Amino acid sequence: MRSLAVWKFASCDGCQLSLLDCEDELLPLAGALDIAYFLEAGRADVRDEYDLSIVEGSITTAEDAERIREIRAHSRRLVTIGACANAGGVQALRNNASVEEFVGLVYANPGYISTLETSTPASAHVAVDFELQGCPPDKGQLLELISAYLNDRAPMLHAHSVCVECKRAGNVCVTVAHGTPCLGPVTHAGCGALCPSYDRGCFGCFGPMEAPNPGSLGAWMTTHGLAERDVVRLYRTFYAFADD
Amino acid sequence: MTERILVATALARVEGEGALHVRVRDGVVEDVRLRIYEPPRFFEAFLRGRAHTEVPDITARICGICPVAYQTSSMAAIEAACGVEVPAEVRALRRLLYCGEWIESHALHVFFLHAPDFLGYASAFEMARDHPAVVEGALRLKKAGNTLMRLTGGREIHPVNVRVGGVYRAPAPAELAAAAAELEGAREFAREAIAFTAGLPFPDVEEDFHFVALREPDRYAIESGRLVSSGGLDIGPDEYEDHFAEEHVEHSTALHSRLRGGERYLVGPLARWALNRDRLPAPVLAAADAAGLEPVCTNPFRSIVVRAVEMHYALEEALRLIGAYEPPDPPAAAVPPRAGTGCGWSEAPRGLLWHRYAIDGDGTILDARIVPPTSQNQARIEQSVRAVVERHLALSDDELQHRCEQAVRSYDPCISCATHFLRLEIDRG
Repeated sequence: MRSLAVWKFASCDGCQLSLLDCEDELLPLAGALDIAYFLEAGRADVRDEYDLSIVEGSITTAEDAERIREIRAHSRRLVTIGACANAGGVQALRNNASVEEFVGLVYANPGYISTLETSTPASAHVAVDFELQGCPPDKGQLLELISAYLNDRAPMLHAHSVCVECKRAGNVCVTVAHGTPCLGPVTHAGCGALCPSYDRGCFGCFGPMEAPNPGSLGAWMTTHGLAERDVVRLYRTFYAFADD
Repeated sequence: MTERILVATALARVEGEGALHVRVRDGVVEDVRLRIYEPPRFFEAFLRGRAHTEVPDITARICGICPVAYQTSSMAAIEAACGVEVPAEVRALRRLLYCGEWIESHALHVFFLHAPDFLGYASAFEMARDHPAVVEGALRLKKAGNTLMRLTGGREIHPVNVRVGGVYRAPAPAELAAAAAELEGAREFAREAIAFTAGLPFPDVEEDFHFVALREPDRYAIESGRLVSSGGLDIGPDEYEDHFAEEHVEHSTALHSRLRGGERYLVGPLARWALNRDRLPAPVLAAADAAGLEPVCTNPFRSIVVRAVEMHYALEEALRLIGAYEPPDPPAAAVPPRAGTGCGWSEAPRGLLWHRYAIDGDGTILDARIVPPTSQNQARIEQSVRAVVERHLALSDDELQHRCEQAVRSYDPCISCATHFLRLEIDRG
């Protein structure tokens, strides 16, 4: 049976919780995979090699930069899940600020805190075999990823925009109909067009789609009355440091 | 003096990462430190400069297990700063979403993180082989909580349908009927879970606690209330900093909170039960009484029984709220920005969560302060672990380590949230 390890770096635990949230599939999954290392679920079996490593969280300390290299060296496949592991996450908002100032704002004794200047994705440090997007990733997509791995096939996951999912869901376009600013045209599919289904614009929590045109969308939003400051805020949240 | 040093791996079944360091010299426990080495993420810093309407989406990301708590406390603080009181229908919908989070988070802790400890399993996966009905029931209950969160909040983890002032789209009553059906399906298991947890083998421990929790005049406090304590405090959210202080200690990236006089205190299920037992409906109290839960429980290991009582309550309360549901129309109150400072709080599954924001006239966040439950409990957890070590010095390192880990887990620490987590090191002289 192939072994699974789940690793956590700087994060909210939400991505690995997505796995524990697969209530109907969790026990069959535990039967199909040898869950070797998954601290939140109580497994801490240190081995020389894991067949599949799932990584959550971003690299923000020198120790973690070393730890991700060790995990890579002991993993046959390494998959990163979520905005933090794939793009540095919301905590990458430090990357264009002064981390010293940030430490000073939060902690009374900055000398006790050891942290890197930037929050970076795993791919900035090691080779990554697959990136599953989302803050948090969709449970169905996570299961598809593991299922594809167990069956030695490529995962059926698409990199088109949220707009395609909106059309499939039969949603009325929130931008066209109501002028609501929406990042759907540039955002990676996977959520099932969640926000527009709740009458709100997409805020980009699945990161950039394949070949997005954020400049064009940003200009459109500005000409339709959104202040430039708000356009910048919209783009700079959960995937602010993603490559596009 | 002989030295005996024990180093264990990262503590399992807590949310986040940390270690426990215990130093014993000549049979005397000199120092107990819960080391949180979860890397700091600086939410309070990067919230500065954001729009007041963006805050609940951002603060949700502090914790994947209790995002609704972060969203709710931050919305309360911002609405207070802007001088807006949301309508009763919005408050009821927020409480309903929050019930989903209590069910999901407590089910995770009770059955996946904590119960395996008492029954001698490393994880719920092993427990499932001998106790399939318990684990299957737990999954059904957890799923019902998650379904409720999805149908009200749009998504279980980091809900999208919450906003300052209310929600984006009020769910139709028919949508909530699907959640009610799942809750009904888990109802009997939730009631039986109280007796299951009460039957676990507990160490015989009594500790002195200074309990702190929110309290409401007419219901068990979840999404709002006034702060009360076993020491006689009765304060509003704006007075929090007059009575509580955070300190930054060297071994932790989580700040430690204490009462201004230096006293350690406890938030969470034990505190809520001790202070708000009289706010629970009679059938829930009867189930707790039948399981033998004392009116004030001072055995931290028995907090699992209180969590089970709270799950049962949250499920019944959710069904009541769905039955009485009236969609807020409009779905959200307007919250125009206004220069000022506002404080807000709520009862996260792990305890009190307090937020304070200073905002500018155009809604820009100038300053943010967030005090999560685990930072408030950290000093008290260390005290509890010290008592465990003192009682069990004769045990082998392995056994002592297990006891300490179990003590820490009984508090359900959420280290991701508090970092602003656990490896055990026992150093015996």
